[in-house]
Amino acid sequence: MRQITKFVPALYIVLLMMPIYWLINMSFKTTNEILGTFSLWPNEITFDNYIKIFTDPVWYTGYFNSLSYVTLNMVISVSVALPAAYAFSRYRFLGDKHLFFWLLTNRMAPPAVFALPFFQLYSAVSLFDTPIAVALAHCLFNIPLAVWILEGFMSGIPKELDETAYVDGYSFPRFFVRIFIPTIAAGIGVAMFFCFMFSWVELLLAKTLTSVAAKPIAATMTRTASSSGYELGLLAAAGTLTIIPGAFVIYFVRNYIAKGFALGRV
Amino acid sequence: MDKKTTNQKAWLFVLPVIILVAFNAIIPLMTVVNYSVQETFGDNVFFWEGVKWFEAVLNSDRFHASLGRQLLFTSIILAIEVPLGVAIALTMPKKGVWVSVCLVFMAMPLLIPWNVVGAMWNIFALPDIGLLGRSINALGIDYNFTSQPIAAWFTTVLMDVWHWTSLVVLLAYAGLTSIPDAYYQAAKIDGAGPWAVFRYIQLPKMKRVLTIAILLRFMDSFMIYTEPFVLTGGGPGNATTFLSIDLVKIALGQFDLGPAAAMSLVYFLIVLLVSWLFYTLMMKDEAQ
Repeated sequence: MRQITKFVPALYIVLLMMPIYWLINMSFKTTNEILGTFSLWPNEITFDNYIKIFTDPVWYTGYFNSLSYVTLNMVISVSVALPAAYAFSRYRFLGDKHLFFWLLTNRMAPPAVFALPFFQLYSAVSLFDTPIAVALAHCLFNIPLAVWILEGFMSGIPKELDETAYVDGYSFPRFFVRIFIPTIAAGIGVAMFFCFMFSWVELLLAKTLTSVAAKPIAATMTRTASSSGYELGLLAAAGTLTIIPGAFVIYFVRNYIAKGFALGRV
Repeated sequence: MDKKTTNQKAWLFVLPVIILVAFNAIIPLMTVVNYSVQETFGDNVFFWEGVKWFEAVLNSDRFHASLGRQLLFTSIILAIEVPLGVAIALTMPKKGVWVSVCLVFMAMPLLIPWNVVGAMWNIFALPDIGLLGRSINALGIDYNFTSQPIAAWFTTVLMDVWHWTSLVVLLAYAGLTSIPDAYYQAAKIDGAGPWAVFRYIQLPKMKRVLTIAILLRFMDSFMIYTEPFVLTGGGPGNATTFLSIDLVKIALGQFDLGPAAAMSLVYFLIVLLVSWLFYTLMMKDEAQ
């Protein structure tokens, strides 16, 4: 029995990798081969799809746009969430519990509900079609999440740490930057990971708030899929490339993920 | 929890968060409320309609149908993903290099943009060029998710299980690793079997993370839009038109702002109500 259960995770991973493998497989095939024959691996490997993406500005600027709003969002969300999470974990104040739940409700708002009003709001403040608009819009669900995670981490740190620092003559800002932030570094890492994740994968708002200049890569894909018919190879190559930043980020936070889930509360 | 001191100045720490979230939440929400009680024929001319749109939405067969599909979908994926995720987490190695390997590979589906997930599954499940579609047809089962509602449902559910089970695995695994070894040793001395260990040690310890997992999966599956939209476009017919897809069809496709806004609010309230129930239960549990 133990021998069998050992293979369950391996089997699960193999099943998880199958659609991804199929996407990568398609990305190295020519359109003719995709539509004409059925094969488990490319018979004649072509890099044309990738070359097209790296040389055509329509494609590669999409990557820069996506990465720039994701980074911006990550920085904004975590930096405003830090003091707020500290307040929630250390102090009791008027309406704190209600405020916390109100923040969480924004994580529950279906983006489809907000798509149209968001478009009008960001057009009104003339931020439409900029990475800032998408970064700010994604704060709707990422700030509550970051506050939630960081509050979990901070509550795990005894209050004596704060008190000792004050006794030692630290002022609050110095204590916060020099002692507190390094202590919860793992929590900040986990919070940033989740902000990256939800901003990177979201498309409905990102697509609604951009048209040409700040169009995310994922939107470029949908438009190609509909305009030029059946360029599956190109689509598969672009899809494969969107997996890479995520895989890269997971690799760096791999040791914190499990810990982060346990301490924090995602 | 008890060690918190009362300090009203803490509001200042929370202020930036409130401003940013309120800008994104309250202004658009008020816009939606505004639309939901008015009628427009263009040119920014609006007429007061009261609760007409709400009555229309609550009585509309179309809304009932997509709400029904939504509830069915969410129940199915919760019933599959939660037990499956717990089972996989139980079989994962506790330490060593394999832990990292497992975590990295399992987390991968979570970080793929949602439309890529849809496109990937489209390519994977197409009956002529997809590995899955081709294999199922080779087994002698007639399968084509673009024309058969049941096949479309099967593919959408499978895609969601593929996409999100790892989240449950990661959360359950985190809960499991927080159990001290002493618990297991005590269970061994008492002669507890694997089932007893699971029922009385592992499950109670995972309760909190599992509540979070169920809450997150409920919210996200209830809001699902991009993946099924890219995979099936809501079809064949209306077979996989879930709430968000229907809403976007009404709001952006037909530009019926009033009904769409009323539907948005009803939709949001449903998510809110269920999440509030979960949240209260969770907090009550934590307080004990």
